[in-house]
Amino acid sequence: MSIIVDQNTKVLVQGITGNEGAFHTRQMLDYGTNVVAGVTPGKGSQKFDGIPIFNTVVAAVNETGANASAIFVPPAFAADAVLEAVEAGIEIVVCLTEGIPTIDMITVRHYMKDKNAVLIGPNTPGIISPGKCKIGVMAGYIHKEGNVGIISRSGTLTYEVVDQLTKIGIGQSTCIGIGGDPIIGLKYVDLLEMFEKDNGTDAVVIIGEIGGQAEEQAAAYFKENMKKPVVAFIAGVTAPPGRRMGHAGAIVSGGVGDAATKIKTLEAAGIRVVKNPSDIGKTVSDVLF
Amino acid sequence: MKIHEFQAKQLLGAYNIPIPKGYVITSSEEIPKAVENVGGFPVVVKAQIHAGARGKGGGIKIVNNLDEAQNATSGLLGKRLVTPQTGEEGKPVNHLLFEEALQVSKELYLGITVDRVNACVSLLASVEGGMEIERIAVESPKKLFKENIDPGIGLRPFHANRICFSLGLDVSLLRKMSGIILSLYRLFIDKDCSLAEINPLVITEKGDVVALDAKINIDDNALYRHSDFQSLRDMDQENPLEVEASKYNLNYIKLKGNVGCMVNGAGLAMATMDLIKHVGASPANFLDVGGGATSQMIAEGLKILLFDVDVKVIFINIFGGILRCDTLAKGVVEAARQLDIKLPMVIRLEGTNVETGRRIFAESGLSFAVANGMGDAAKKVAEALNE
Repeated sequence: MSIIVDQNTKVLVQGITGNEGAFHTRQMLDYGTNVVAGVTPGKGSQKFDGIPIFNTVVAAVNETGANASAIFVPPAFAADAVLEAVEAGIEIVVCLTEGIPTIDMITVRHYMKDKNAVLIGPNTPGIISPGKCKIGVMAGYIHKEGNVGIISRSGTLTYEVVDQLTKIGIGQSTCIGIGGDPIIGLKYVDLLEMFEKDNGTDAVVIIGEIGGQAEEQAAAYFKENMKKPVVAFIAGVTAPPGRRMGHAGAIVSGGVGDAATKIKTLEAAGIRVVKNPSDIGKTVSDVLF
Repeated sequence: MKIHEFQAKQLLGAYNIPIPKGYVITSSEEIPKAVENVGGFPVVVKAQIHAGARGKGGGIKIVNNLDEAQNATSGLLGKRLVTPQTGEEGKPVNHLLFEEALQVSKELYLGITVDRVNACVSLLASVEGGMEIERIAVESPKKLFKENIDPGIGLRPFHANRICFSLGLDVSLLRKMSGIILSLYRLFIDKDCSLAEINPLVITEKGDVVALDAKINIDDNALYRHSDFQSLRDMDQENPLEVEASKYNLNYIKLKGNVGCMVNGAGLAMATMDLIKHVGASPANFLDVGGGATSQMIAEGLKILLFDVDVKVIFINIFGGILRCDTLAKGVVEAARQLDIKLPMVIRLEGTNVETGRRIFAESGLSFAVANGMGDAAKKVAEALNE
């Protein structure tokens, strides 16, 4: 089993003819993702590797029944692309774009409040249910079908963890990059709830980092609601306060969001926190067996 | 992006928020003109740097005559100012703000920021102005008032009124204060701020409400739609290596240690720094070359690590996904030859085409320590440092 995406997910790609969009659409197709449509305004009725392109998301949804969208649109237009997807009835919106202004994302989140759609990202590597569906930019082959869920704010650090797991024979049910921005869609808490209910997931790994309070919320949720084991790693113990560490959201500001507080809060809730990033795979193995 | 106090005040002024009469100088010849422009002595001389707690570092002085103004200026201008927030190296003072000295009867705090948990803009106010908001939150949380703004309606007069009444302000100040709150919100949204803070916002003995200090940070992601802000960036306030790195779209932050590291991806870069610490060493920097780094970016990244005289060992940690390990290896080997790197280098590669990548390093004839996994890499880094 898996959460959010599986072999039945029908994916449309917004920005399918751009450099990034084109490259990753082919990668997703290679992985076996069911890409049914593309959207590039002005290129409607053309095809991309046999996939029909539409001018608008609503036309693509009507024609193909797409229920998920991968957004590869430049930052200045990406918030608009998310809104268009949600308005057209897309249920799973994965926004890969990095660099969207924070104010724009506040508007998007507000619009989505009473809509029947989930947003993954922005500034995310995407989501993958190994062997079933990949919507994103992660290298598919490092993953393996299995029973560990992964929730992460990072890209390559997630690959690192997946790789450690796969190499010791532990597969993944679904891996989600929730995004490195200050304002994002789905958070740890939403996904922990889904993993707790998912029959195919036996343990969850949280890969957090400095900035914000999402890990603290996850700790509180775990303590009250979860039976499945959770292992966590928090990047940025050595990060200086007040500096943005690559991700727009990775900043310790006003004394909030430092790694030490996050680690303490997670441990107090009963979550195994790994201190050495090279030990994450081994620790998950300890928890599972 | 950070901007100076005087730039922030110009923005406030443009939004009709009262600011003290002020004049910025960059040389001591301008002192008489500055004094005249702000209405004569006494004058407050304020060092302009991208850091707070300037008062504690001697960066704010009240002067009563030209001699004192001259002394304050020569003591600050062209020097580096160290405050509790700058680090021991301090920040260069290239601008001094001369301001009229106001007779203050009360100091308030007013700030607008982004509430990440609630995904909204939020307004903060307190009667305990003048101290840091973090301290107010800890020491007098009951005197700190917060309004989370519904993005559907924005900040409205009723929010502003409610804050004024919560603060217990005299009714005679209501219109002035509400006006300032509404203006600051408009400024925050129009200019894509990540922080707009007036601390203190003072009530003068005459009954005026004036922004005595101002701090505005701009959302870097939104700079593309504010071309006029390019001129507000003061690169002298940034570390020179960081300025150099930003030219090549490299995310670089200078730290105090001696292990120079280059990593793809911000999360992995932070984890790599943490790992270095874990084996008893200390990272010299954060450097994220990004997921789609080209061989030129790799070479520029290596150059920046070499510029840093503190670096004793170089550690490259790459998880190749889209960026293939063989491409990376070629880039590093070429750069290492060109730059004639003498420092020990530890390289850890994983992911797409890793075998080819490792072979390129092995066959290069250069002395790289190629590690197997992050744990092994950390061990090799520690060994290289101890040699």
